[in-house]
Amino acid sequence: MSLRYVLGRLLFFFVVVWAGVTLIFFLPRLAPGRDPVRERLGMMAAMGGMNAENVERLAKAYEAKFGLDQPLWKQYLNYINDIAHFNLGYSLAKFPTRVVDVIAPAVPWTIALLTVSTIIAFTLGTLLGGLIAWDGAPRALRLFLPPLFTFSAIPYYLLGLILIYVFAFRLRWFPLTGGSQILTMPTFTIGYLIELIYHSILPALSIVLASIGFWSLSMRGMMITVEGEDYVTLAEAKGLPGGRVFLWYAMRNALLPQTTALALSLGTILSGSLLVEIMFNYPGIGSALFSAITGFDYFVIYGIVFFIVVAIALATLVLDLIYPLLDPRIRYQKR
Amino acid sequence: MSEFWYHIRRNSMLTIGVITLLLMVVLWLVGYFAVDIKNAAPLSAPTDLPPSREHPLGTDSAGRELLAVMVAGAPTTLQIGLIAGSLGMIVGTILGFTAGYFGGVVDAVVRSAADVALTVPALAVLVVIASVITKTLSPEILALIIAALAWMWPTRTIRSQVLTMRERAYVEVARLNGLNNREIIFKELMPNLLPYLAASFVGAVSSAVLAAIGLEALGLGPQSEPTLGMTIYWARYYNGLPRGMWWWWAPPVLIIIFLFIALFMIAAGLDEIANPRARRTT
Repeated sequence: MSLRYVLGRLLFFFVVVWAGVTLIFFLPRLAPGRDPVRERLGMMAAMGGMNAENVERLAKAYEAKFGLDQPLWKQYLNYINDIAHFNLGYSLAKFPTRVVDVIAPAVPWTIALLTVSTIIAFTLGTLLGGLIAWDGAPRALRLFLPPLFTFSAIPYYLLGLILIYVFAFRLRWFPLTGGSQILTMPTFTIGYLIELIYHSILPALSIVLASIGFWSLSMRGMMITVEGEDYVTLAEAKGLPGGRVFLWYAMRNALLPQTTALALSLGTILSGSLLVEIMFNYPGIGSALFSAITGFDYFVIYGIVFFIVVAIALATLVLDLIYPLLDPRIRYQKR
Repeated sequence: MSEFWYHIRRNSMLTIGVITLLLMVVLWLVGYFAVDIKNAAPLSAPTDLPPSREHPLGTDSAGRELLAVMVAGAPTTLQIGLIAGSLGMIVGTILGFTAGYFGGVVDAVVRSAADVALTVPALAVLVVIASVITKTLSPEILALIIAALAWMWPTRTIRSQVLTMRERAYVEVARLNGLNNREIIFKELMPNLLPYLAASFVGAVSSAVLAAIGLEALGLGPQSEPTLGMTIYWARYYNGLPRGMWWWWAPPVLIIIFLFIALFMIAAGLDEIANPRARRTT
């Protein structure tokens, strides 16, 4: 892997994060004549209550950094400085809590749900799509095509709603909401693990069902192209076993664009699964975002969006660094 | 005419997709003339009624008549998708052609910008914008905001198409015949890419609708008019699902699903015309 390639990908990572941070800073300030954070602070101060003192402290801290007496570029630098130190501010709704502490407990839920279901969907979908297009595979596999087509057109969370209704509300096979029983304390026992898995089957299933179609359709398209290549014909002509031609000649080459597609659609996958979490009341980032939106908790909203941007950029970076292992053309490229 | 039918028979995806879409439009028209849209406002009917002869799709917890909500909300969502998809497509076509055809610095800048913008998740950016201006958000403004995030994919794909076409022999012949760049782009490249552009357009509309409904389902859509996504949001907010009020969330979900399947089939059908390699081998 050439150093130049790695450095280029690292630079891309930082540019994406910087672009995200800049958008989070400037977009809310483009709204004509109002600062929602200041309005919200004013509203909270007017309501008074036992938190009045805290609200005042919060407002003072906010004015010091982002007050109207500060020039915009200085506010921007203050913001970048805060972000660089992972200081995302305080939650407006649950004041003494920091935004980081609101996000942190939600992160493992989302990461677990998302990685497991994406890996399952990507692997199954890629394999299925490859087999559907492969001449040597059973014809019966083509029966999967129409349902795959249908599912790939449906947004994850709407499929989730239907699954909740059928399997949780009607049949009562699975719990309606949540990530675990409300009263269970998290412990490192098999029982708790089973409970976690039991609660995440439906949300994971809606992500897998909805995305498996996308992967198998794009893989099928690639396989049809690769199957016509000369090197596949040659491999067949020299009498290699069918399975070997399929895996090492056809699949391996068709996988490259598939990996690129995975890197490019990470954002879409994440957005879709955030909405799935909301439908299932699953205690991840999506649900945290939803309650922040309904509570006008701006710092938490911006914090979560920042987290999402960083997570996506990081995942893209990892995929970019894995890519050369699949594609020797990049590995041996010396420029 | 016989050639027309031949294409229809060959391209069943496109046909089924278009027919589904047309059926939905006809159904909507019937609803538009048969249903009083005023009942889509809260407090226009008793609350929480299951479907009956009087209220064909029942009512929700705020006393909206859900059939009226569907009739009033469906075009708003589709309209947002059409505006945002068209704008994104226009910008994408211009950028894609410029970058792919002329190459060089322009290409590098456009390509990097599109890649960065594609990596930052659109929904996250939309949430930031919509959470600030939620009170004054109209469908048109929402469409503009979504359009600002809809140009990257068309730009990227059109650029790569132009890139491969630029080197083809007929473009070379045209250039040797003394055609200038503008003529080559509009007379040689554009017509050849038309089916492809059409497929990308349907795809762009489809993802714009997806973004709009996603925002609405988060409660960040236009507040003044009923929309399909907003209905799902309210049903979620007032626990319509655990309360067994299937008539509240199922109609918007089904309409959206049929809309997406229709758009998806049209895009796939057009893609088959544009890209013969994707054609079924059987």
